[in-house]
Amino acid sequence: MNRVVKGFKDLAQYPSAIAGLVLISLFVALAVYAMVTMPLGQAIELWRGSGDVWQYTPRNAAPAWLNVFPGINKPVTMDFNTANMPEAKTVEEIAPGMWEVRVSFPFDFTYDEFPTEINVFTTVRNSTARPFFSMRWLTPDGREIPLGDVDLRASESFRLGQDARLTRRLGGRPAHMGLFADPNASEAVPLKGRYELVAEALVFEPDTELDVRLVVYGQLHGLAGTDHRRRDLTVALLWGTPIALAMGLMGAIGATVTTMAIAAVGTWYGGWVDNLIQRITEINMMLPGYPLLIMIGTLVDRNLLLLTAIWVALSIFSASIKSYRAMFLQVKEAPYIEAAKSYSASNMRIIVQYMMPRIIPVLVPTFVGLVPSFVFFEATISVLGLGDPLLPTWGKVLSEAQDMGALHNGYYYWVLAPSLLLVFSGAGFALLGFALDRIFNPRLRSL
Amino acid sequence: MAISEAPRPGVESPAMGRTRSDVSGFVRVLQYSAVKLVSIAVAVVIAVYLTILVANMGGYVDQMRIATIKENVGMWVYQAEEFRHLSGAEKRELIDQFAQVQIQALRLDQPFPIRSLRYLWNGLTLNLGYAEGITSDSGSRQVQHILLERLGPTLLLQASASILVFVTALFMGLALSRGYGSFLDRLVVALAPTSSAPAWFYGVFLILIFAALLGWLPFGGMVDAPPPPNKFQYFLSVLKHLILPVAAVFTSTIFASIFSQRTFFLIYSSEDYVEMAKAKGLSDRAIERRYILRPTLPTIITSIALSFITLWVGNVTLEQIFNWPGLGQLFWLASRAVDTPVIVANTIIYAYLLAITVFLLDIVYAIVDPRVKVGAEAQSN
Repeated sequence: MNRVVKGFKDLAQYPSAIAGLVLISLFVALAVYAMVTMPLGQAIELWRGSGDVWQYTPRNAAPAWLNVFPGINKPVTMDFNTANMPEAKTVEEIAPGMWEVRVSFPFDFTYDEFPTEINVFTTVRNSTARPFFSMRWLTPDGREIPLGDVDLRASESFRLGQDARLTRRLGGRPAHMGLFADPNASEAVPLKGRYELVAEALVFEPDTELDVRLVVYGQLHGLAGTDHRRRDLTVALLWGTPIALAMGLMGAIGATVTTMAIAAVGTWYGGWVDNLIQRITEINMMLPGYPLLIMIGTLVDRNLLLLTAIWVALSIFSASIKSYRAMFLQVKEAPYIEAAKSYSASNMRIIVQYMMPRIIPVLVPTFVGLVPSFVFFEATISVLGLGDPLLPTWGKVLSEAQDMGALHNGYYYWVLAPSLLLVFSGAGFALLGFALDRIFNPRLRSL
Repeated sequence: MAISEAPRPGVESPAMGRTRSDVSGFVRVLQYSAVKLVSIAVAVVIAVYLTILVANMGGYVDQMRIATIKENVGMWVYQAEEFRHLSGAEKRELIDQFAQVQIQALRLDQPFPIRSLRYLWNGLTLNLGYAEGITSDSGSRQVQHILLERLGPTLLLQASASILVFVTALFMGLALSRGYGSFLDRLVVALAPTSSAPAWFYGVFLILIFAALLGWLPFGGMVDAPPPPNKFQYFLSVLKHLILPVAAVFTSTIFASIFSQRTFFLIYSSEDYVEMAKAKGLSDRAIERRYILRPTLPTIITSIALSFITLWVGNVTLEQIFNWPGLGQLFWLASRAVDTPVIVANTIIYAYLLAITVFLLDIVYAIVDPRVKVGAEAQSN
């Protein structure tokens, strides 16, 4: 216990260690939050976006918090649904066997720019006859624009912006512009004020249920914006955190501990064991790393675990095994090993209990320093198109942004959010590793 | 640098090894070199064979080839005028016959283990063959033409980046080791961890700033489209496209490189003989040249040599991000299209270059560093 306290006191002397620890704890908290609020299965399902999960979010919308900056006042997605707001719906029997359902969504529009889309979705349950449905649009300056009428099937979606007749009536502007445009302005500017969508339906059965949902798609949406498939990026950015941390830790543990163990065994036994390890290392150095990985990823499987395991295996037999070997060669000659041999300690005992602990001071900082490289490894293989086919990760967000030309099209948020997460997680471990290196290897302190 | 720790003979104190006769020393060098050569050759063969196994998916790629041949022959037989009168069964037999001829011509009827050995032999003798689908810009399907065409851009990008990083790191490292503890020194030490992010990652940021926001430099590619007719303008256009990728490599490696060079020089400048030289009153330059740079030369040579070899495979992701028409991008394309000959050829040349360099480095060590001794004693180290 005392040693732990002392360790923290040592660490506290280094500002970089504190900064690193703070960053790491933030990411751990984010990872826990992601895992608690959303099970992995649900995240994968959402990210795959099958069916109409993402019907109600805009395409390529920037994060909503951009509006806090002065000079930016772009519309945010507005979503009105009678299923959640029963007060918007009134039902009245207007004749025997005939009920009028009236839905009204009044809302204030105060933005400087137009929405990107406007859709109305309806669902009808318990009805044999088709309800008769009509919609009107009321503008702040008192105009009333009929949006058409129709016999409703069980579920309908009205994509007003794609309605050519409506566009013509609105003076050649699609509905998401035309409905909001100021009629007196020569250019297309939105008119601010209270708008209202009124929908009326005639239903012919008493237990018929009708729900109406109006979505005014914004240019901005949510905490992180959306991508080209309307998916909310927060899903991948949140769930990317535990995946990145797990990747980083597993990869780093695999690479450091296994390398050390193999180097220790090789050095201790010497002879052909050592020779074999040396030769494997030389062969491995001849193999080009990423190209080999690309081949395996395209030809065999793109499973993230498999690719990471291969990458770890490739990095075990690399230059680091040679440097561990050099250290163990020195340890092997130490008098206390001689003493252990003289009372005939078993080989395993000497390797695990006497030799390996001597290298721990070098191992710990290396381990922490390796974590970011494995976090970036996931991003790299994603950019190469080898991202895991299922998991939502930071790398996949980045690679999709890259594929969709996010930078060309000005969707900077799409690239920046995953990049910054990568940078800060990497920086956290790098800063901590740097401080640990100085604590564990005081020799470096004088340099 | 992943493989900077090249296999090298033992280094011992300078006092040793002077008394040995030159002749026995020479024999030892030969013996050592022969053993080394054989072991490197074995490593190359195994590495190339592994690549062939993976690139052929353990023989599966040839199954795909056979299927393609059968399909093509089938299409041809069913469409050709002269076979119209044949019945369905006769046509099928004909297809089998024709396909068999082609399969035998390509010797795809041999079992895969034998075929893989033939591929290995072709590869090792640099008989690189023809690509499956990829062609060079000039339209050639010969793998060597494709590789040569891609070599130029990769060399241009990687060599200019490597040289820039190497020279900067060397001079900055020397300067910082002299001004140890200064603000600049501490800044570089603090920035060293920035190198844990790969070059392509900085590339994304650089594109964002200089191409998307400021619009000063192009997003990617190697030359304007259409390419300028004038030689000089062409050169300028390439230069303009080169800035961002080189800057990406530079930012991602420079701080770690300076840091390692500086630490390295610091270790060597605390040696007794450096103190001695200082006491003798030698100038700083002379001390650096004779007592610090000279003993660090083998390591410096290793790192520069190996960084030049690794550029043979190119930086796959960087070239992908910048749409740079180099070997890395070729490798990516070839893997996507399962173009086995191209993949194997690239790996073979990489393995050869690495093998030759690793072998030559040992000899170079012996030349530049008189303390290096080879042979029996070196093995005991």
